[in-house]
Amino acid sequence: MAKFRRKKGKGAQKINTSSLPDIIFMLLFFFMVSTTMRETEVQVNIRIPEVSEVKKLEQKSLVSYIYIGRPNRGLQAMYGTEPLIQLNDKLVNEEGIPTDAVQDFVLFEREQLPEVDKNKMVMSLRIDEDIPMGKVDDVKQALRRAKALIINYSARKDYENQGR
Amino acid sequence: MAKRELQEINAGSMADIAFLLLIFFLVATTMDVDTGLTRLLPPIPEEEQKDEVQVNKRNVLVVLINRNDQLMVGGEFGTRVDELKEIVIEFFTNPQNDPTLPEKETKEVEFPPGSSPLLPPSGVWVGNVSKGVISLQNDRSTTYKKYLEVQNELVAAVNQLRQDFCKLYFDKDYDELNMNKPNEKEISEAIRKIYKMNISEATPKNIEGLN
Repeated sequence: MAKFRRKKGKGAQKINTSSLPDIIFMLLFFFMVSTTMRETEVQVNIRIPEVSEVKKLEQKSLVSYIYIGRPNRGLQAMYGTEPLIQLNDKLVNEEGIPTDAVQDFVLFEREQLPEVDKNKMVMSLRIDEDIPMGKVDDVKQALRRAKALIINYSARKDYENQGR
Repeated sequence: MAKRELQEINAGSMADIAFLLLIFFLVATTMDVDTGLTRLLPPIPEEEQKDEVQVNKRNVLVVLINRNDQLMVGGEFGTRVDELKEIVIEFFTNPQNDPTLPEKETKEVEFPPGSSPLLPPSGVWVGNVSKGVISLQNDRSTTYKKYLEVQNELVAAVNQLRQDFCKLYFDKDYDELNMNKPNEKEISEAIRKIYKMNISEATPKNIEGLN
């Protein structure tokens, strides 16, 4: 009996934290494996549409990104609210012809690829749902002129309508 | 002196270090995977082609999306997006050999020998392949969302046909064909020859020419 009483009298016990690092490391490895590095800062607002037939993009090194959306709230004072094109990480903001910038961008990106992969380049179009198609058609025409013909309309998997 | 070797390293800060790394990865990485619809753009013709390719009227299904995101499919106004898949499947298969639906041509497609009990041992499939083409046209004010939904339905219809074929002949899902195995890659390519993704996207410039 005396033994029990003495234990109680000691007050709050310390929790053993020796396995805490292990738990944190486990979380760390989970995030390291399941995420990818953030490469560009997106300066336009984009809500990706959801459709049912999406496929995963295989080789990330072959992919270049074209974003089309309205500027972020912080940038609206500078650029207004008209849809803008962002190529990888730079915003096309000159008044002139944005499609020329798209063409230059494609040529530049193609230069970065090794010789064997030059015609496998994929342009990923990340476009906001509400953007009118006129802007998208302009970009598509520019891509055709630049001979970047493999495109990928970025979309998320829509699980609700899958069985339709 | 011998006692010193038994001393443990203080691991109390290990958790802090791990936390620091964890927070770094939380901030510097994103979770979104790249998914989407992969499509091929048509190349720009080398020189101005005066003589446009003559396509029989019955072989073309015109899908129009107007500025208010309404659809017109094959001359009928007000089609809903969820009806589109069935229409496209019927268009490509033409089960009753309807004279208003596309023609078919007999074609031989080679599968790997002995890959299916429903094929002759040589693996050559002989059958009818549709000549149908879908022409997708949109207004400059159509929203991207609607456009992509329509694209998705067209792709879904062709995928469905491929899936049905693959299930019937090889008892496998088309999606699950492993492209790293030469045998299954050949099957996948052969099926793609039978059900082609014939979607022509008119550029706004030549809408008049196609009507």
